[in-house]
Amino acid sequence: MKNLESYLAEHPFLRGMDKKHIELIVGCAKNVRINPGEYLFHEGDEADLFYFIRDGRLAMEVFRPQKGGIIFQTLGHNDVLGWSWLVAPYVRHFDCRAIEVTRAIALDGNCLRKKCDDDHELGYDMMKRFVNLMEDELMALRLQLLDIYDAPIK
Amino acid sequence: MHLSNNKPIDTQITSAAFTPEMLVIKRVRKETEDTFTIELVAETGETSFKFKPGQFNMLYVHGCGEVPISISGNPNRTDKLVHTIRMVGAVTRAIRRLKIGDMLGVRGPYGSHWPIEKAEGKDIVVVAGGIGLAPLRPIVYHMLNNRERYKRISILYGTRMPSDIIFLKELESLRGRFDVDLYVTVDRADKTWMGNVGVVTTLIKKTNFDPSNTTAFLCGPEIMMRYTAIALQQQELAPENIYVSLERNMKCGVGLCGHCQYTGKIICKDGPVFNYDSVKDLIKKREI
Repeated sequence: MKNLESYLAEHPFLRGMDKKHIELIVGCAKNVRINPGEYLFHEGDEADLFYFIRDGRLAMEVFRPQKGGIIFQTLGHNDVLGWSWLVAPYVRHFDCRAIEVTRAIALDGNCLRKKCDDDHELGYDMMKRFVNLMEDELMALRLQLLDIYDAPIK
Repeated sequence: MHLSNNKPIDTQITSAAFTPEMLVIKRVRKETEDTFTIELVAETGETSFKFKPGQFNMLYVHGCGEVPISISGNPNRTDKLVHTIRMVGAVTRAIRRLKIGDMLGVRGPYGSHWPIEKAEGKDIVVVAGGIGLAPLRPIVYHMLNNRERYKRISILYGTRMPSDIIFLKELESLRGRFDVDLYVTVDRADKTWMGNVGVVTTLIKKTNFDPSNTTAFLCGPEIMMRYTAIALQQQELAPENIYVSLERNMKCGVGLCGHCQYTGKIICKDGPVFNYDSVKDLIKKREI
């Protein structure tokens, strides 16, 4: 069974990271489990954690009055969830609900921000990785906005 | 007679090439609100409908017009022709109004095909968007009919919403197979949807394939194929191992009228299936 350190060291998001930085990150990490239907967070909550998803499936949702939630993204194995911990005022913008039993490693954003402030090398490395993640998600979102499958002609 | 690329046009095409064979509609199945599948058979006698995966037929409704539609059936079943059609214009809507027993004109099969033989012994990645699953269905049938000839098979399918998914029952049975990896995603969904949400390109990173020994087949909106090809190349799949099916305004189906001219290529004759390496610069051009 893998411990937190070896899991994080092998995670694609952290691939190639200096061992001493992995050790610093592990100090802010814990295992979590989310049951189906359970909300990990809601819009407006404090963004104090982000997640490395080990397995399962999470849905990112926006609530529409009188119409319920609409899912705009799902995340699963090896995905990284959350960057609001990096951006003041550290508040969630959407809801996140488990569709399946989901196991993840949660990282304390407050703890990691302090470590990034103390060690700028770690901070710069983390920032570069999160910018890549943001670019991937922005690209996917732009394609989603294009509505590439077109509306049927009636 | 020459096109811009100086390739001679086949002037030996006779009027027989434009005479449709009249077939009988044997079955009509609703796939989604705007998409349906029809099965066609010969009126009398035995007819063998041979085609290669990726090819298309021209379907003709008397008094209305003709449209190019990909063949979506099993290439091993030569006793019937299967087409999956989305209602997007007058002819496709007219086809939808036809009933079992009505006649439909068919010319074909035309065009290039997916290079299934070249893909033998390799991992296969099939990426479909929306109605683009229909022209890819024959290669899925072919690969399942000859499963031992291929290594890992991954099928990635994206649609706008769960209600737009076509071939639902077949996808459910594919999901139950241990020798095929199937990923379905939609661009948006309500809370009743338990599957993936996100554009189809996001599935590429989650797919296991050996980039040095993989062939990818893409069909869907051109913009989707463009970004899927980019995502595949980011996973180190070479462009010459990617194939796409392109669509333009086809009229004659035999490379004569030039309606579907795509710079030096004629889509209905040189395509619709192209090696991505040969068109990757063209599909970025705004003028064509």
